[in-house]
Amino acid sequence: MPAPPLRRLPLHWLGIVPFAAFVLLFLILPTMKIVIGAFQTPDGSLTLANVAGLFTSSILAAYWISIKISFASAILGCLIGFAMAAAVVLGGLPRTIRGPLLTFSGVASNFAGVPLAFAFLATLGPVGLVTVFLRSELGIDLRLLGFNILSFWGLTITYLFFQIPLMILIITPALDGLKREWREAASILGATNAQYWRLVAFPILLPSLLGTLALLFANAFGAVATAIALTGSSLNIVPILLFAQIRGDVLGDPHLGYALAFGMIVVTGIANAIYIWLRARSERWLK
Amino acid sequence: MKRLWAWAALIIGLLYFILPLVGMTNFSLKMRRGEYSFDAYAKVFADSRFHETFSYSVWMAVLTILFGVFLVVPTAYWVRLKLPFLRPYIEFVTLLPLVIPAIVIVFGYIRLYNTSSWLPLTGSYIGTDILLVFGYATLSLPYMYRAVDTGLRTIDVTTLTEAAQSLGAGWVTIIGRIILPNVTVAVMSGAFVTFAIVMGEFTMAALLNKPAFGPYMQLLGANRAYEPAALAVIAFVITWACLGLMQLVSKLQKTPQRPV
Repeated sequence: MPAPPLRRLPLHWLGIVPFAAFVLLFLILPTMKIVIGAFQTPDGSLTLANVAGLFTSSILAAYWISIKISFASAILGCLIGFAMAAAVVLGGLPRTIRGPLLTFSGVASNFAGVPLAFAFLATLGPVGLVTVFLRSELGIDLRLLGFNILSFWGLTITYLFFQIPLMILIITPALDGLKREWREAASILGATNAQYWRLVAFPILLPSLLGTLALLFANAFGAVATAIALTGSSLNIVPILLFAQIRGDVLGDPHLGYALAFGMIVVTGIANAIYIWLRARSERWLK
Repeated sequence: MKRLWAWAALIIGLLYFILPLVGMTNFSLKMRRGEYSFDAYAKVFADSRFHETFSYSVWMAVLTILFGVFLVVPTAYWVRLKLPFLRPYIEFVTLLPLVIPAIVIVFGYIRLYNTSSWLPLTGSYIGTDILLVFGYATLSLPYMYRAVDTGLRTIDVTTLTEAAQSLGAGWVTIIGRIILPNVTVAVMSGAFVTFAIVMGEFTMAALLNKPAFGPYMQLLGANRAYEPAALAVIAFVITWACLGLMQLVSKLQKTPQRPV
């Protein structure tokens, strides 16, 4: 006998009230506050002036360099991570390497923030291990070559430390999903190895690759701690600008801060939407 | 030929990961001129600020884990039992903290709960502590929820609940004495990730002006040379230990615990 639905329905929903209340108060509302604040004047009326205020040369430059660093570290992270994952999954290496590599990737993808910056300063900084070794043993002076850890490339190389492992973690299951039969079918039809990759494997992996690229991009774009610990405030990127703005109203206008944060949500939101969309597409093949 | 390429890719990649770890360890041991020593570690451990911030962050991590367990386990259980059609939506919500940068979330807290608002959490010391715990709980929500939900998949929630109810158990007894013990392994793996996140977190603690470990590391990094490298080694060992324990625990979980 089905119970009368009207009496039972409300009680069902009571069970998720604490969760819903928490998420609303400490995730949704704070984010909404930022989004709405980006379109408000200090006295509460609607305006587009804050968002328009982003289009000054210094803020646009900050967004541009943030996007460039995130993109460079995402592309390099994808390529290197893919090469390492492919080496382990398809390259005929001993299977015992796989487990430790994935475990290490799990740790390294979480080893971001302040300590990561220290590790790279101790390695590629002015008196770092690699810098000193190259100068004293090989006569290569990184500084004369224009390399500086507090720069675009320095930050990109540092970000790779958590980008590559994330790529390995995400792409390994996708590489596992490439079925043996596809390769056999291709070679029976006379395909060379290169043709198999170009016409079969690569198109199947493409959504995963592009999706992960978007995810890595968002991952780097939101990173604050590493950048601040590494460069102080010498590099003008969006998270550092926003941090300084929250700390001390450096822009002199709190609502411009809202707009800055809103811009960050838009960028990471788009990147994540691309990731979710492409992942859904790739699951069709790789399940 | 293919194997050669594979080895080359792997070794070059690993070199990139090993060098910074060697670099920071090496640097942390070089405080005394001309010889290796643990002076930098001794300096760090002797610093009272280290003890204060470290124990503060440990406390915050423990509170965050407790709060997370109380929030996530009943919710995930209830959704599986009574509202399964909500699962995709809840999962989407729990993944949002990965989309919205932490700095944006904490900016929202500061503006929403400032001293002149309806819930002035930033006005008092205890208020900002609560806000920080909630912030950390938000950051760890994606990991915690997924871990618990995966754990619940291995047990038969409906049968267990019906059996308990027919023996006269109430909801608190069911969740506390039947469901929770069955997903302990999953909860622990979520707890280790949460611990690692909280110990290294910088942005939220710095912007809420809390004496946590992350801001302390940043401050020391700006003022000292060798101690930060020692701190980085310590932080890496903590992260490594937490996630190593997590891997170990989730391996134990692979044998599904079906009720007889």
